[in-house]
Amino acid sequence: MTPLDWLFDGLLGATLLWLGAQVVFARRLFSTVISFIALGMLMAIAWLRLGAPDVALAEAALGGGVTGALLLAALNRLERTDPDEGEKDDVH
Amino acid sequence: MTSTEPFRPWAALLPVLLVTGVGVLLAWALWSLPPEAAGLSAQVREQLPNSGVRAEVTAVLLNFRGYDTLLETAVLLTALLGVWNLGKSSLPGTDLTPGPVLETLVRFLVPVMILVTGYVLWLGGHASGGAFQAGALLAGAGVLALVIHPEAILLRDHLGLRTLLVLGPLMFSLVAGLVMLTGRLPLEYPPAQAGSLILLIEAANTLSIGLMLTLLFAGGRPPRGRRG
Repeated sequence: MTPLDWLFDGLLGATLLWLGAQVVFARRLFSTVISFIALGMLMAIAWLRLGAPDVALAEAALGGGVTGALLLAALNRLERTDPDEGEKDDVH
Repeated sequence: MTSTEPFRPWAALLPVLLVTGVGVLLAWALWSLPPEAAGLSAQVREQLPNSGVRAEVTAVLLNFRGYDTLLETAVLLTALLGVWNLGKSSLPGTDLTPGPVLETLVRFLVPVMILVTGYVLWLGGHASGGAFQAGALLAGAGVLALVIHPEAILLRDHLGLRTLLVLGPLMFSLVAGLVMLTGRLPLEYPPAQAGSLILLIEAANTLSIGLMLTLLFAGGRPPRGRRG
């Protein structure tokens, strides 16, 4: 582990935590979904750094890609059924 | 909590206490784990020649713990059935007209993604890859195709579609049962044929998983019939 590795992993971990907080606390549902997709992609890099390429592949394809598309589709449907729902605060 | 309810401090405190408690338990469990554990990797490496594949993860997923993977595909199928029961697919009704850039891009991307799907499936035999990753890629291609062409044959509920959906779990169960005819336990593949059997199961599951995830994106039961 060189200092550069420590820096990269530290930044990666901090960004993951920040994105996780964004997923929970973002005020707009759209921001939540985009943060979730970004979280999935960065999580895949984290798995790669941990030496688990199989999990990384699955996380990028399923966690980030497919789940992200599903959430966007659900959001689209929500906005069509109730115009206010999509922009509403998701913090109760 | 709606705003009409009176504010009760203890009601707000209870979830905080619960979450903190679970958090402390989890931290304690993580802390008490040995920093370096051999796990079962030695056993897996020892049995790898009998598994039919050269990748440890595929060997575990499709051979040593094949039962779990079989149930996973069934879970995915059940999820799709649940979505189908919630209502009709919303995609053909969208008023979205794709621009020429998106349409051209998708036309180029979809064949490439299908090709990569086959590659990732094949890769599962000796490196990182396999049915779930390949299926997710195929679903990516399917979702893109649905976005520019929502009236596609994919989105019609007919026998062909249903056959493709159950092909993966069905092939898995069939292989699991057929090996019993040779006096083995369910899912105990004969080592000489294990490689081909695993490839067969993974290929069928790639198709089914790709289609299941694409149809989950459609968000409901597609209309019946063969023509769009």
